[in-house]
Amino acid sequence: MKDELIKKRLRYAAVLVIFLILFTLLLLLNIILGSVDVRISDIVKILFGQGGNTTDQGIIWKVRLPRTMAAVLLGGALSLSGFLLQTFFNNPIAGPYVLGISSGAKLTVAIYMVMMFSRTHVVGSYALIIAAFLGAMLSMGFVLLMARTVRSASMLIVSGVMIGYICSAITDFIVTFADDASIVNLHNWSRGSFSGVSWQDVQVMAVVVLFTSAVVFLLSKPIGAYQLGESYAQNMGVNIKAFRITLVLLSSILSACVTAFAGPISFVGIAVPHLVKSFLKTSKPLLVIPICFLGGAIFCLGCDLISRTLFSPLELSISSVTAVIGAPIVISILLRKKVRG
Amino acid sequence: MDAFFRTQRLTVGYNGIPLIKDIDIQLDKGQILSLIGPNGSGKSTILKSITNYLKSICGTVYIDNRCLDDMNNRDLSYEVSVVLTEKLKTELMTCEDVVATGRYPYTGMLGILSPTDHVKVRDAMELVNVWELRDRDFTEISDGQRQRILLARAICQEPRIIVLDEPTSFLDVRYQLELLNILRTMAKERDITVIMSLHELDLAQKVSDLVMCVKGEFVTRFGSPKEIFKKEIISELYELSNGSYNPLFGSFEMQRPCGAAKVFVIAGGGTGIYEYRALQKKQIPFVTGILHDNDIDYQVAQDLASEVFCEESFTKIRQEIYDRALKRLSSCDTVIHCLNRYGEINEKNRQLYQEALSLGLRVIPSADIM
Repeated sequence: MKDELIKKRLRYAAVLVIFLILFTLLLLLNIILGSVDVRISDIVKILFGQGGNTTDQGIIWKVRLPRTMAAVLLGGALSLSGFLLQTFFNNPIAGPYVLGISSGAKLTVAIYMVMMFSRTHVVGSYALIIAAFLGAMLSMGFVLLMARTVRSASMLIVSGVMIGYICSAITDFIVTFADDASIVNLHNWSRGSFSGVSWQDVQVMAVVVLFTSAVVFLLSKPIGAYQLGESYAQNMGVNIKAFRITLVLLSSILSACVTAFAGPISFVGIAVPHLVKSFLKTSKPLLVIPICFLGGAIFCLGCDLISRTLFSPLELSISSVTAVIGAPIVISILLRKKVRG
Repeated sequence: MDAFFRTQRLTVGYNGIPLIKDIDIQLDKGQILSLIGPNGSGKSTILKSITNYLKSICGTVYIDNRCLDDMNNRDLSYEVSVVLTEKLKTELMTCEDVVATGRYPYTGMLGILSPTDHVKVRDAMELVNVWELRDRDFTEISDGQRQRILLARAICQEPRIIVLDEPTSFLDVRYQLELLNILRTMAKERDITVIMSLHELDLAQKVSDLVMCVKGEFVTRFGSPKEIFKKEIISELYELSNGSYNPLFGSFEMQRPCGAAKVFVIAGGGTGIYEYRALQKKQIPFVTGILHDNDIDYQVAQDLASEVFCEESFTKIRQEIYDRALKRLSSCDTVIHCLNRYGEINEKNRQLYQEALSLGLRVIPSADIM
């Protein structure tokens, strides 16, 4: 028995260490690499506030650092949101993107942006999140209604994808008829990208994402009980109704926050939790939740790096990169698990 | 003093529509109650209602004089644990992980198990003989093993009541007996009250202290196995028209073959049961005798034979009964002769056999050669 326990602990520690190394490595690469070459010695100086020319300073401080931070926070948020949705629906391929929640958030953010741009050209970060949250809840509401009537896991996903299409269509419609100035902005954002994030945005997302994630972590225990199904969870003393509402709210806040700042990003929410669980060989939320956050950050740092540097100075949308890497993982889940229904 | 677990005019059902009304249960600590009844009669509905998974429509459940409505899920989790029929979909959980979820109510904020919890998990797993499965993935073990893991989970929750919904389905005989033995032991040694639904009537009869028959709008009966396991009650409960129930054996016989009987079976002392069943399978009607009413053959003969010639227990077969049997025998064309020894009280069966020979009837030792 002792051997098994030690083996398990070693495995957890190994995953954590490898993830931390990857994280640090990608964090540095994201700051170092870019369409403009800045020498490493200069970067070190700039980071420690000692000189470097103003252009380089601007690139590092105003562009690369906030963008990197956004990738970390939003990546973590996305994969946690996916993990919560998978737990909630007891479905390994549930995620904010496939269930149409990201698209719902995108729709309300687009409406909000078009309305605000025509008047002030300024959009507040918190207001954006609130708009996105409302949209996310709207889609979530539809999905929940569907989940009541359709009992099969795959039908749920199909209806989620349909809701996503409807929301995207309406968004396109709005973009087409919006003013010229806002279209540019909207177009870039609606494809999904970490670019153009300011320090102010980073502050807001840090507050929202870190707070929500901490709450999720503190809910590890009931989440673990819920993994056995509602009846057993209730028998363990979980207040099911309240817990279900909490899960919906938390996952919506997380995916809304991502969509508000970076637009819809696909597959991270499914691929990362799945990879993390199979690396750890456990689904214990106490371990999976923090590692999932870290994993999401790594995944998005990596994908953003690829999207920026692969065809530099041209930039790919982040969703194209996450889809290329994430979709095969989703397919492999489908093949291996034979999702019921 | 009030019973440890009781329900008072409990009415259960779905969506406000009553299914079963006025359920009154009284159970003491350490008693085992089995719910029996046909499929879809509402056994699970009752179990769900007493575990508060389903809101009862009216009436109350009391556990140790506390009303179920005044208890939240957490309070209840210390009192009652469940083993359900629904399939558990787990992901990357070992059997030990699954059992450990039973400790949920006792762990802290983050649900980390203390050394005491680990010991209790191990105790529970050893009690149901699954400790060696601890590192196996829960999805990769057999149904029977899974059921035992879930029982271990329920045990290590340290409840005062365990509720099980059809715990013996999917189990082979050995595990059925083992599981019920464990329940019996727990009830006796740890004073745990057990409430479960069972399909196996023979097991329900042997393991239960109390039995409840569930069918239709009301609970039809509630009482000790002795009171419940009677031919008429069970036949009525399951609406048996194509077979019959034997309370002494706790088993069922198939439908009696119909038509005019042309076969006479001379049997007794257990020699006839096999022949009766063989004839039933071939759908050949038969008469049998002469049996004493305490003979084991008599139990099955009653259910399968068209007519049974029978004498009161422990007395010599009287002439009048012999005469009637002989008359009936002479109207048959085949005699199956199972007896190979005779005693003082069934000496007349030898005469019957010799008469059959002298009448020139076809006399054979077994129905198999018919």
